[in-house]
Amino acid sequence: MSTEWPSIHFTVNGSAVTVKPPPMKRLLDVLREDLHLTGTKEGCGEGECGSCSVRINGELVNSCLVPVVQAEGANVQTVEGLATDGKLNGLQQAFLDCGGAQCGICTPGMLMAAAQLLERNPQPDMNEIREGLAGNLCRCTGFMRIFESVLAAAAHADTTEAGHAR
Amino acid sequence: MRGNAEAHELIAPGSLAGVLDLLASAPGEWTPIAGGTELMVAFSVGRLRARRLVNLWGIRDLRFIQADGEHYTIGACTTFLDLRAHAGLAAELPLLAKAASWIGSVANQSRATIGGNLVNGSPAADSSPALLAYDAEVELISHRGSRRIPYAQFHTGYKRNAMAADELLFAIHVPRRFAHHRQYLRKVGTRRAMAISKVALAGTALLDGNVVSEIRLGAACLAAFPARLTQTEDVLLGQKMNRETVQAARRALAAEAQPIDDIRSTAAYRKSVAANLLEEFLLELAHLGTQQ
Repeated sequence: MSTEWPSIHFTVNGSAVTVKPPPMKRLLDVLREDLHLTGTKEGCGEGECGSCSVRINGELVNSCLVPVVQAEGANVQTVEGLATDGKLNGLQQAFLDCGGAQCGICTPGMLMAAAQLLERNPQPDMNEIREGLAGNLCRCTGFMRIFESVLAAAAHADTTEAGHAR
Repeated sequence: MRGNAEAHELIAPGSLAGVLDLLASAPGEWTPIAGGTELMVAFSVGRLRARRLVNLWGIRDLRFIQADGEHYTIGACTTFLDLRAHAGLAAELPLLAKAASWIGSVANQSRATIGGNLVNGSPAADSSPALLAYDAEVELISHRGSRRIPYAQFHTGYKRNAMAADELLFAIHVPRRFAHHRQYLRKVGTRRAMAISKVALAGTALLDGNVVSEIRLGAACLAAFPARLTQTEDVLLGQKMNRETVQAARRALAAEAQPIDDIRSTAAYRKSVAANLLEEFLLELAHLGTQQ
């Protein structure tokens, strides 16, 4: 089918993009296939596992459940948007340091869910971390190292901030 | 089989008037889609029957929470995260805020809408028991105007509702008169996050001394759609809270409930657990009664 689809404009990790996929195409597939941002993974494709988590206008969403037309005009952040100039952010570094990543399929989603949590609640306790990441499944780590990574990132951000304050 | 995006039309009129125009132009032809947490799941696995969809997400006239003297009015496209984040609503309608916190995960709550939850019509819908116990009304809108009906009359069968083919669910009106009622809500599922209910029960009640002067019970998974347990309510109304009343209410619930066996649970388990939930609520009431 060679239908011409209307243009859809939005922002990904700060850069304006224009795509012309069918409006029902999943944001997940547009990110991976049209924009070649393959950091966002597909797990279940049913909104159960959180592997495809991205942020839209500051809210955490499962990109497998978003028809791309609903991203029109939105600010989308993917895992590729966490690092700056090739330098990992504190959360990514904490996942490395604490063994929060193993096979890697859940990791981008875990990072986005954790980034969402820390933005709303910079010093979460273990229960708040468990709730914030409850929609993200991992079959490798048993979760504890992921939760510990988020705790470590929060603690590190806190000391860094305190350092700046001094 | 995977869903094929090219096989589905999805248009975005961008305004409520535009959506109503479209629904009026071809009643029954267009399926509204809001946060997509239900329809996109079906699409992803190639099971979405609707070929023509109209986008509601982003229409501001459908996403709001307003309060007047008597009601909270909640726009149909209000997300469950919106409900949880609204301090006034969370304080006054705690059952609804609690139900909102049970919907999937953060990434589902940021997209799933209260209107979608009701129109989807799952017997297990998380927001339904609370809305039934709060005696909510739904407002339906079309080119022809708008009308309000009790939410308890909205569902008419399994995945069927009282909306005409050109109507859209516009808002839910929840009375504010329950502040002094005893309130109860409990969901039983396999885990706290992401789980679909095996059974859920909500209740609001007033006691006059030790006598039940008002009671509403809303249940999920006890029938083909979320419904009030009116026969059980009748058995309780005007009765003194005591052991005998509790037992009579359990029997009434067992007679009234018509759960099914499915992938998540069995009819027998659902009936038995629902009766236990009811008893838990009634014992709280009885305890309250003896304190007065």
